[in-house]
Amino acid sequence: MAHASIFRNRWLPHVLILPQLVLTLAFFIWPAGQAFQQSLFVEDPFGLGAVFVGWDNFAILLEEESYLESVRVTLFFSVAVAVCSLGFGLLFAVFADRVLKGAAFYKTLIIWPYAVAPAVAGVLWLFLFNPTVGVVAHLLGEWGIEWNHTLNGNQALFLVVLAASWKQVSFNFLFFLAGLKAVPLSLVEAAAMDGAGPWRRFWTILFPLLSPVAFFLLVVNVVYAFFDTFGVIHQVTGGGPDGATNILVFKVFHDGFLGLDLGGSAAQSVVLMLIVTGLTIIQFRVIEHRVHY
Amino acid sequence: MASLGWATPGYSAVEIQWWHAMSGRLGEKVKALAADFNGSQTQFKVVPTYKGSYSETVTAGIAAFRAKRHPHILQVYEVGTATMMAGGGAVKPVHELMTQSGEPFDPEVFIPAVAGFYTTPKGEMLSLPFNSSTPVLYYNKEAFQKAGLNPDMPPATWPEVERYSEKLLQAGYTCGFSTAWISWIHLENLGAWHNVPIGTRGNGFEGFDARLTLDNPLHVKHLQQLADWQKRGIFVYGGRRNLGNAKFSSGECPMYTESSAGYAGFKANARFEFGVGQLPYWPDIKGAPQNTIIGGASLWVLSGHAKVPYQGVAQFFSYLSSPDVQADWHQTTGYLPITRAAYEKSKADGFYEILPAAEIPIKQLTLNPPTRYSKGVRFHSMIQIRGVIYSALESVLSGKQKAKSALQGAMNRANRLLSRFQKNRR
Repeated sequence: MAHASIFRNRWLPHVLILPQLVLTLAFFIWPAGQAFQQSLFVEDPFGLGAVFVGWDNFAILLEEESYLESVRVTLFFSVAVAVCSLGFGLLFAVFADRVLKGAAFYKTLIIWPYAVAPAVAGVLWLFLFNPTVGVVAHLLGEWGIEWNHTLNGNQALFLVVLAASWKQVSFNFLFFLAGLKAVPLSLVEAAAMDGAGPWRRFWTILFPLLSPVAFFLLVVNVVYAFFDTFGVIHQVTGGGPDGATNILVFKVFHDGFLGLDLGGSAAQSVVLMLIVTGLTIIQFRVIEHRVHY
Repeated sequence: MASLGWATPGYSAVEIQWWHAMSGRLGEKVKALAADFNGSQTQFKVVPTYKGSYSETVTAGIAAFRAKRHPHILQVYEVGTATMMAGGGAVKPVHELMTQSGEPFDPEVFIPAVAGFYTTPKGEMLSLPFNSSTPVLYYNKEAFQKAGLNPDMPPATWPEVERYSEKLLQAGYTCGFSTAWISWIHLENLGAWHNVPIGTRGNGFEGFDARLTLDNPLHVKHLQQLADWQKRGIFVYGGRRNLGNAKFSSGECPMYTESSAGYAGFKANARFEFGVGQLPYWPDIKGAPQNTIIGGASLWVLSGHAKVPYQGVAQFFSYLSSPDVQADWHQTTGYLPITRAAYEKSKADGFYEILPAAEIPIKQLTLNPPTRYSKGVRFHSMIQIRGVIYSALESVLSGKQKAKSALQGAMNRANRLLSRFQKNRR
């Protein structure tokens, strides 16, 4: 063989990856296994007894209309959040990249929301859109739009998408901006001299060169929408009205943490884990082919 | 660390851990109660710890129990009652605690509608009622004046609420009335107030095989009426829990059904004079009004500790139920007095002459002796069931469903939860 291993030592490579292995086992594989084990039981909240029920907890999920509704809501929600936060992140990055004066000021301004905790962000948007005292709700009322997200499911969904995206735009902006900075200026200048307008330059040069960043962000954003938006939902709508914003991770919390239905909630988190794993695999299989490195 | 069973009096006091969910002003009051008790003797020291919201406190207590580091006393909200009862070996019933500790204890001193919520069908008290409240009608006196209504005469019945609302709308208001805690007030209390059950087996008090019966004519009619009123602006939904409180305190909705414990909040936030009236009822229902039911929380004793601290818990509970402590708690917090003696003492103190509003919730609770259907509501998985009910109510109020089919759907979903729990009970 031409490529002989650099490590002559047989055990050193294993020792070197051991910390990572231990961490993965302790913080991922083991809890995931526990969740799976728990999903096969119906357990007393106090831990005084557990009854083995096999796949019952999963079967119940499939026949429960509200769970299927929650899956649909989650898919719509995560697509909407990913599209909004990626779209605006990219838009702002392109604009900020072209700005000559006061760029630092704009950048700081756009990065700010990322420093806000999800729950705080939720409260902030809730105040703005509060049907009784919210400034935005009041303005909408003046324009003839009756705002009541406590009863109107579409408005509630719009509000949580807005609140969740607003936070994530900053993160995406940072990565896109860094990606744009890495594009050699000479390429853009050459295209400009050949008469390509800003639109053309963006789509044929900048965007393809940004695609690794965009792909990475897509994966991160989908995971964000599935898991990290919990605080926003908790603060703004509590899953309502009538399940319109009851995304999967909130349902896991509601049934497990509040309802103390540990088995059912564990089954939900196993399904959630499978969905996200599946989505990530699809992303890597399908979209990664279009990514230029 | 919590309990050294052999601690000698005079040296170090035996610590009693009390986890609660009372924040802000109420949290200060809880600390003062503990400090007062600690000062009254040297053997025990009650240590109150704030653990977050009601649900966070329950979850923290249960998680601590699993880890065997649980407190002696845990404050649990009323919807968690059935969960605690089902906890069986995890809980030390209050009547047992009192007898074992040799503390004098008479369940008869408690106001029946309060005590009934936390006792077995045999009359054994399981947890000590602590902070209890019941829904009342708040109304904006200035708005009443503007609409030509008598500001000293709140509406007594639902048809009157409708009439008053129409007048208020004519006077320029965009909303007649709104509500907090819609499931608790317009479903659970609605049933008790009209002596109509919302479930079998005495609303769940007589066994875990109980099922909900939400599709009875009263509830269908009332909910459909709310939805129709919502279209006309007579009723405006303000969101889950008490999210709609701003609708009243901002002056948008001149009438509002909320817990009696909401009084202090409105007193602080509303810039207008307001009054408190009895919860409205439907006059066409025979025997109405019956009595309302309570919300709030009670104190549960967790098992698995040494004998000595339990004696301290028993002494502390005697202290908490004493007329002076109860009357003071009632008068400073706005929660109900849980014993008859505390009620009598507050009367004698002239408290209700200064604040007549404070007596209305007690009058409602004691209007009639509680019946099988007005004692309370006790179903397992009640927290999830309330979620199901919220969804159903919202789908009716937004016009997506008719009241009857929505209530039937909610009932079926809730009963699936109940049968699942029952099936898997050891």
